[in-house]
Amino acid sequence: MKRYGLIVIGAGPSGLSAAIESAKRGVEVVVFDENARPGGQLFKQIHKFFGSKEHHAKIRGFHIGEELLKEAQEAGVQVVLNATVIGLYQDKEVVVRIGECVHHYKADAIIIATGASENMVTFDGWTKPGVIGAGAAQTMMNLHGIKPGERVLMLGSGNVGLVVSFQLMQSGCEVVALVDAAPKIGGYGVHAAKVARTGVPFYLSHTIVEAEGEEHVTGVTIAEVDERFRFIPGTEKHFDVDTICLAVGLSPMSQLLKMAGCDMEDNPKRGGQVPLCNERGETSLSGIFVAGDVSGIEEASSAMIEGRIAGISAACYLGYLSETERDAEQEKQEQALEGLRQGMFAPKNKGKTLTQTEEGIAISTNLLRHGYLTDEEVERYPGVTHRAGIHPIMECTQNIPCNPCQDACPKKCIKIGEKITSLPAVQEEATCIGCGLCVASCSGQAIFLVDETYKPGYASVTLPYEFLPLPKQGDKGIALNRKGEPCCAAEVVSVRTAAAFDHTSLLTIQVPADMAMKARFFRTEEAV
Amino acid sequence: MSGRIEEHPILGIPEKGKLVTFIYNGKPMQGCEGEPIAAALRAAGVMTHRYTQKRHEPRGIFCAIGRCTDCVMVVNGKPNVRTCMTMLEEGMQVQTQYGVSADPDWEAHK
Amino acid sequence: MGKINDRSRDIGEFIPKEGDERLVCRCEEITQGEIRQAVHDGMFTITEIRRYLRAGMGLCQGQTCSKLVKSIVARELKVSPAELEPATSRAPMRPIEMHIFAKEADDNE
Repeated sequence: MKRYGLIVIGAGPSGLSAAIESAKRGVEVVVFDENARPGGQLFKQIHKFFGSKEHHAKIRGFHIGEELLKEAQEAGVQVVLNATVIGLYQDKEVVVRIGECVHHYKADAIIIATGASENMVTFDGWTKPGVIGAGAAQTMMNLHGIKPGERVLMLGSGNVGLVVSFQLMQSGCEVVALVDAAPKIGGYGVHAAKVARTGVPFYLSHTIVEAEGEEHVTGVTIAEVDERFRFIPGTEKHFDVDTICLAVGLSPMSQLLKMAGCDMEDNPKRGGQVPLCNERGETSLSGIFVAGDVSGIEEASSAMIEGRIAGISAACYLGYLSETERDAEQEKQEQALEGLRQGMFAPKNKGKTLTQTEEGIAISTNLLRHGYLTDEEVERYPGVTHRAGIHPIMECTQNIPCNPCQDACPKKCIKIGEKITSLPAVQEEATCIGCGLCVASCSGQAIFLVDETYKPGYASVTLPYEFLPLPKQGDKGIALNRKGEPCCAAEVVSVRTAAAFDHTSLLTIQVPADMAMKARFFRTEEAV
Repeated sequence: MSGRIEEHPILGIPEKGKLVTFIYNGKPMQGCEGEPIAAALRAAGVMTHRYTQKRHEPRGIFCAIGRCTDCVMVVNGKPNVRTCMTMLEEGMQVQTQYGVSADPDWEAHK
Repeated sequence: MGKINDRSRDIGEFIPKEGDERLVCRCEEITQGEIRQAVHDGMFTITEIRRYLRAGMGLCQGQTCSKLVKSIVARELKVSPAELEPATSRAPMRPIEMHIFAKEADDNE
């Protein structure tokens, strides 16, 4: 039986990170993954990540995946694909199906990084072709270049539902509505706002009554629910759709750990059945470690750090570095992880209803309920100021761990400060040159450049744009407000693309002066 | 109607394998080599992959990553093949699965 | 004795309710009503439900429905889903043809 120093199960963000850290220290590492490609879900993530520089902020997920693969290769990590782990036993025996037979391997240490699986909900017709998971939609459009459907209804307003809705539109699909049984939006407000401003209606406190169609989905009926999630008669709404996309959360895929005999717990804050483990990723079984979503649902950025921590732990367990060295190395990683676990969406705040930001500003209730800030609400945040000439308007209103805008501005117009979750504030003494780097750097697409005194009677608004076809200078169309409603005529006065913007184009539109604080999206006339 | 994304604002023009012909329920159909069978079918507008054993209800793609096993079909004569995980090859025989058979009248022929 | 294993506990009559016709286990085509009825037939654990109904025993091995089944059983027993022990995990964790499962690689010795 072949014996390895370390076997890692899962070549996603956490598994690869773990393997890299161990291999760098001399451990013989093999990674098994059941998929045909490594990288787990990272290659389906085409949006820019949040965080700070150390967390790869403002880099798109699939680029992070490419970097990780390169790093793994350089570290000498062996990744075996199409290798399905079907069994794991206490004495660190791993049973793997590769091709047409079953292999048994032993390891001195094992890291389990199997990730998560999607939760589902049932409703009448939920088994019909055309009802798909959000992960399925991402796989089809972002990996295989196939539109999951033409007209889609999204169920779920967590970050997955919001991000996938936006990606569906980027793929040329129409999203007819975003629905959630919860009374408030679960994901980042900025993700919701970028969907809402394109005109997608949000139906909170609503859920699906029925998926209609004989052979496959041809329509869907939703209805409002009361506080106990019971349908309110008479509130039904129908949409003609060919696809219903479900994004109702993730559960750790921890069955292998249970099989191996690790102590488990059912922890709703972590998303379900998870192994008991310490901050180094060690389970109750000596030499078996965990990292990533399998030990609690979080973001890919934290999964990568957890992976590095587990990789260092395993290397130490195997004698490749001392405990003192391990503690020093892990402290750096833990600080990075701690940085990500701050703010309103931190694990510790799960389930809590916050009414104020860390700065003591009232949180927008309209954003939580409808996906957009009202004209009145937006004025109370530190990123929103008014002055003559061009200047940034940062519609960033929730404390999330993210700060690329601060570094992006060459003129130091934007300040977040030491605390990564602080809302960005405009520095009154600095002068904006209208370069737009902040607009392109904002993963939440929440920064606009506004010139309220652009021309007599007109203002200009520069907005991030990630759709095709890209409007051209001189195109005439309409501006949409934050709610996605047409608010005025608009003309494109410039379109900027640059390598530094990484596929986020900057569209500058000219609108009547009184629309400067309302116009937030553009649609050409043909598309109206 | 084409279910394929011609150009994507972030990903550009999708990198696809060469166009190949496969046989779907006895009729030639085209798809890209190396893409999952399920992707080729979806692009061609096929939604129903199988009919269930008990209730004879249609099923199609659900998870697209090999977990749910709802998209199984009879591929090259073999039933229960996950079409989301099995890559398309020239000349492949892909058939709608009824229960665990490619025969729509499988119950009568039991 | 744990609350869940106390079989003398009265959980009341089976009362049909909205959604009973709806499938929960997609692979084995088991409905919500069948799962609820099974609890009233005395199946108080997920393992028993699996053996009694085959819910979660199909091709996908409960990947899709196990959380759903758990919440239905928990509601019927009036306990929190966290109190219910999940089904036993055993190999093979993924669907695999028996001829492959039985075929040991040459490097296993």
